[in-house]
Amino acid sequence: MERFLLKNIDRSDLTDMDEYIKFGGYSAILKALEMKPSDIIDEVKRSGLRGRGGAGFPTGMKWSFAAADPKKPKYLICNADEGEPGTFKDKPILEKNPHLLIEGMIISGYALQAEYGYIYLRGEYPKAKDILEKAIKQAYNRGYLGDNIHGKEVNFHLYVHQGAGAYICGEETALIESLEGKRGQPKIKPPFPVNEGFLSKPTVVNNVETLANIPYIIEIGAEAYSKIGSPECPGPKLFSVSGNVKNPGVYELPMGTTLREIIYTHCGGIRDDKKLKAVIPGGISTPILTPDKIDCPMDFVNMPKYGSMLGSGAVMVFDETVDLAKICLRAMKFFEHESCGKCTPCREGIGWMRAILERICSGSGMAGDIELLIEVSKNIAGKTFCPLGDGAAVVVQSFINNFRQEFEQHISKEFSKEIKVAA
Amino acid sequence: MLSERVVNEINQIQKRYLDARACLLPALYVVQREHGWISPDALEAVGDLLNVPKATVKGVSTFYSMFRHRPIGRHVIQLCTNVACMIMGAERLVDILRSRYGIEPNSTTDDGRFSLVIMECIGACGTAPAMLVDSDFYDNLTEENVIEILERYK
Repeated sequence: MERFLLKNIDRSDLTDMDEYIKFGGYSAILKALEMKPSDIIDEVKRSGLRGRGGAGFPTGMKWSFAAADPKKPKYLICNADEGEPGTFKDKPILEKNPHLLIEGMIISGYALQAEYGYIYLRGEYPKAKDILEKAIKQAYNRGYLGDNIHGKEVNFHLYVHQGAGAYICGEETALIESLEGKRGQPKIKPPFPVNEGFLSKPTVVNNVETLANIPYIIEIGAEAYSKIGSPECPGPKLFSVSGNVKNPGVYELPMGTTLREIIYTHCGGIRDDKKLKAVIPGGISTPILTPDKIDCPMDFVNMPKYGSMLGSGAVMVFDETVDLAKICLRAMKFFEHESCGKCTPCREGIGWMRAILERICSGSGMAGDIELLIEVSKNIAGKTFCPLGDGAAVVVQSFINNFRQEFEQHISKEFSKEIKVAA
Repeated sequence: MLSERVVNEINQIQKRYLDARACLLPALYVVQREHGWISPDALEAVGDLLNVPKATVKGVSTFYSMFRHRPIGRHVIQLCTNVACMIMGAERLVDILRSRYGIEPNSTTDDGRFSLVIMECIGACGTAPAMLVDSDFYDNLTEENVIEILERYK
């Protein structure tokens, strides 16, 4: 497949606007400005683009809800807070192809009739902040941002807003709270941000990768775009692959590419030619899969049939030497640290699960601990405002469902010496 | 409490938002960059500047893990130990820092040279393990190169 999102990023400095334009950049804007905003939304709807942040909601439909709301001003927020362990797919765009994101945001802002855009960037990406701010300045200087863009009655102002180390701010309502200068705690929906978002005005929150797809859709048209990838989830997809593979990294592949192809064709297989033990397909909060499931096509529709989720497309690969109980414990430390504390089941339950896992992994596990873990997880799942609690619960449940023996071995202290701690 | 330069910078950033409070996180970053940490007096001054109660400013700033509320070392090592970094050896790196500099996670060396913060994922899972030293990013860390890198920071 011809690359679009990562096109030329390794052979040219696309952070320089002239280089970006040399390779065809900013041409989609000129085409979009000749279209009516509603036509752009229709084009995105016809493309079949689904949000790349994890939930997979149809982008054009989300846009149409915000566009139909008469309240003004409207806001477009780019969610650049990829904090899910395993996920680093947006980083190449942010650090190496910032103008693609900016171009996508200008087109999207025009389609939504939004006058203000913010890139909510995670605090852990200081390099990306400098790069984005420089690129935004270039775009202002060349008349692609600001008032009367290219002589049209189109105004769009874009700023970078730096987060400060809170995973939960990747959830859109928490992100908006954070942008408003509050603690980044999620809110119950409805009202949805498309109607009552930033400063109670209609707000669209889209992931970096989603917005980076927009110029491509305008450039080649919805019909051609919808033929890429799988029929129900068209388009290219960025997969970030980490763990025990020979060639980890970010890969742009058609949506629907199988895990087997990603691991063995694109990433060169398992490091040191060891045996594959498990795969987390979509970031740490998606259910872990056993090796017999790796023929699943990676898209929003097929992954649930195999017992997991596409999530952000963050593939984490574990070989036969990895102690999965300890991976589960580390994941739970993460969820405990990142729980915003608003919902009691999440705040208290995750810490409890971490404590149980800690004693299991330290050799002090007791009979009944596994059942207790399952019980606690069931009392978190579905009982919180946002999916963080669900994510923690599903990790525990899927690890136990698929690899119960590893936990039992810890408890019975018969753990194989051949299986090392991760690391 | 806040220098004229800091106040001017915060006032400039405020123009990006139609509500002053939205400037709170950026304002805290400006203060932290200037002083290395955010003191109780600085919290109050930011609150006065943006017309936000001090208790609210404190509640917000302590929610986020990247804001620091006590003096720190000259250089901050933010080392990721999340899953991808963990399986590539990050926990061993913590041990090495402990033995080389006598530093525990979330503490500062006696000479004030380094503070060590254990980070959750910093988005470098493909080139793990990784760390930030101040705002400089390093990945593909090994037991050998981590000390070599840190010795550049005096």
